[in-house]
Amino acid sequence: MKIAITTTAPQLQAQLDPRFGRCAYLLVVDSETMEFQAYPNPAINAPGGAGIKMAKFVSDLKPDAVISGDFGPNAAEALRSANLAMYLFGESQSVQDVIERFKTGKLTRF
Amino acid sequence: MTNRDSLKIAVASGKGGTGKTTVATALALSLAEDTSKPILFLDCDVEAPNAHLFLKPQFREEKPVEILIPEVNEELCTYCGKCAEVCQFQAIAVLSQRVLVFPQLCHGCGSCTMICPTNAIHETPKTIGVLQKGTAGEIEFARGVMDIGEPMAVPIIRQLKKWVAPLKPKITIVDSPPGTSCPVVESIRGSDFLLLVTEPTPFGLHDLKLAYQVAKELQIPAGVVINRENGVYEELDEFCAQVNLPVLMRIPFQRVIAEGIAKGENLLNILPEMSEDFQNTMDVIKTLVKKGK
Amino acid sequence: MKNLVILSGKGGTGKTSITAAFANLAKNGNPPIKTVLADADVDAANLELVIKPKRVASHEFIGGEIAVINPDTCIRCGICEQICRFDAILPPDSTRAAYQVDPIACDGCAACVYQCPEGAIQMQPQKAGYWYHSSSPFGDLFHADLIPAQENSGKLVTIVKQNGRLQALDSGASLLIVDGPPGIGCPVISAVAGADLGVIVTEPTPAGAHDLERALQTVQHFRIPALVIINKADLNPDMTQAIKDASKERNVDVIGEIPFDPLITTAMKQGQDIITYQPNSPASQVIQTIWKKIIIRLSLSGEEL
Repeated sequence: MKIAITTTAPQLQAQLDPRFGRCAYLLVVDSETMEFQAYPNPAINAPGGAGIKMAKFVSDLKPDAVISGDFGPNAAEALRSANLAMYLFGESQSVQDVIERFKTGKLTRF
Repeated sequence: MTNRDSLKIAVASGKGGTGKTTVATALALSLAEDTSKPILFLDCDVEAPNAHLFLKPQFREEKPVEILIPEVNEELCTYCGKCAEVCQFQAIAVLSQRVLVFPQLCHGCGSCTMICPTNAIHETPKTIGVLQKGTAGEIEFARGVMDIGEPMAVPIIRQLKKWVAPLKPKITIVDSPPGTSCPVVESIRGSDFLLLVTEPTPFGLHDLKLAYQVAKELQIPAGVVINRENGVYEELDEFCAQVNLPVLMRIPFQRVIAEGIAKGENLLNILPEMSEDFQNTMDVIKTLVKKGK
Repeated sequence: MKNLVILSGKGGTGKTSITAAFANLAKNGNPPIKTVLADADVDAANLELVIKPKRVASHEFIGGEIAVINPDTCIRCGICEQICRFDAILPPDSTRAAYQVDPIACDGCAACVYQCPEGAIQMQPQKAGYWYHSSSPFGDLFHADLIPAQENSGKLVTIVKQNGRLQALDSGASLLIVDGPPGIGCPVISAVAGADLGVIVTEPTPAGAHDLERALQTVQHFRIPALVIINKADLNPDMTQAIKDASKERNVDVIGEIPFDPLITTAMKQGQDIITYQPNSPASQVIQTIWKKIIIRLSLSGEEL
């Protein structure tokens, strides 16, 4: 499965970024092989509506799920209408941790 | 431009909570004692309009504030994405064969409607607030109120100013929002004088310096009211002297004032003798405005 | 690492003075809590005035864009003026040969850029301010200055907060305190996102009570646990009671009532926080009790709830 996760740096060891719209990076991770692709947030400099711009960017990558610390109301609406499943990483400490919890169904569905 | 026998004074403060509304309403009440000069009070603090708590106006007229937002006809839409491309505010998004409009982000500029190659977008009004007009004793009172959840104050302030333009009062008192960003600039633009309310603290001084920058940029003559003065705060007076910003009034710190305001009383009810101070301040303002012209 | 955000619906409630006192109590507590501070009230960034930091680094901040017309390629057709809904296009006159944009009125919508038949209009980014990394006796501080009359936005708040967060993680700090902006709009949403606890400072006035309600709605929308502090509580006991009742209805605890204490202002004039200035003043005592409750909530005290 292709999982999109918001992080503060373009590595698997990166800290998780709790904000969706203004995260530093988006990691798209293959949950089986842990292969990943890192994208800098194209919306980080948007004066407003960063969540929507990011939602559009993510939806074009067509992941199976999007995981972040939280989703603003606009981002959530955009992701929902693109039929993307949203999850909160909650207490997870790392990308690895998030993927484990996702696989075992321990993440909260947004 | 304002004509010669009308005067528009904006009351502002860089920092919130300095007593801006207290001063603006007291000034209006003291001037209203001379009934020969009609006064208009304009509450432009549309995010947190509080002047009515002190002036207790009766509202007689109301008008919604609307902006035009896009509505997409999906039968004509080809999902080309041009609308989303030109929108600077991400208020319209094209996601996998769906177009989403986010009315709260839309500035109502019409760019998406104009650019759409298949004319699939038309515009529909959306209410973002309301304008109200009435009287408080001898004072004409008007205000704008932003709807909860709306982020854009500037169009409401702009429409409020247009709405009251035909009233042609002798004196207009504008209660501006706090801070120094766009809504403040929109509120005080076109005023003849800017009355900056501050308090004698490092916070007050820091934010007064910012407010002074705005006055300078807009080339509006300004003066200062020091509220809650409690002993000397030299740095504040030094700054005012240094940039030639006259201190027009000093309101002493008194617990009785703080308590009265907390209960929603206006300053002149608490200390009626201050009315004269405000009238004198007004005379100084008139002289300063004349000198500036 | 825990993230605490201090908010107030209305300006002037004492939020920043209380934040500075908390920073002191964190540093000098038993055990001390290593803290990073972020002043997200970028419209009126006052925290540095009471904690006296030394600047470590300054960075330029580029905000929104405005339209600029190239007078050499403008053919004076007037389309831009017709379509602009913000009255921001000034027609040619004796002082200007071509159409010109009024930078204050320009909303930055770029409609004119796309409608100009000659491509004579471009958007230009505006330098909107600076952001800083400083070091203070109570920990690293991240803060910013907006250039007056520039648009405030969530973006600068995010930069300040994000850098504070990264510094906290890198330096092994266990707490990030964010001094949030007043109001309920975009900057507030940026300040509260990702917080573990929101503390709202209000005052017992009609405006304070009204704006508290709006601030609580915002915090609860983001499912962030909220606590309320009533500052200057004895100025209007009836209103204080009304705020307590309203908070109870929303299931929010009022964790302290700070009495009106002029020493807070005196301390600020000395460039000190109230705990440094007068640790035993009435307000200081209440603030210390409040702080104990907050660190228990954040599980930073070592004590059980």
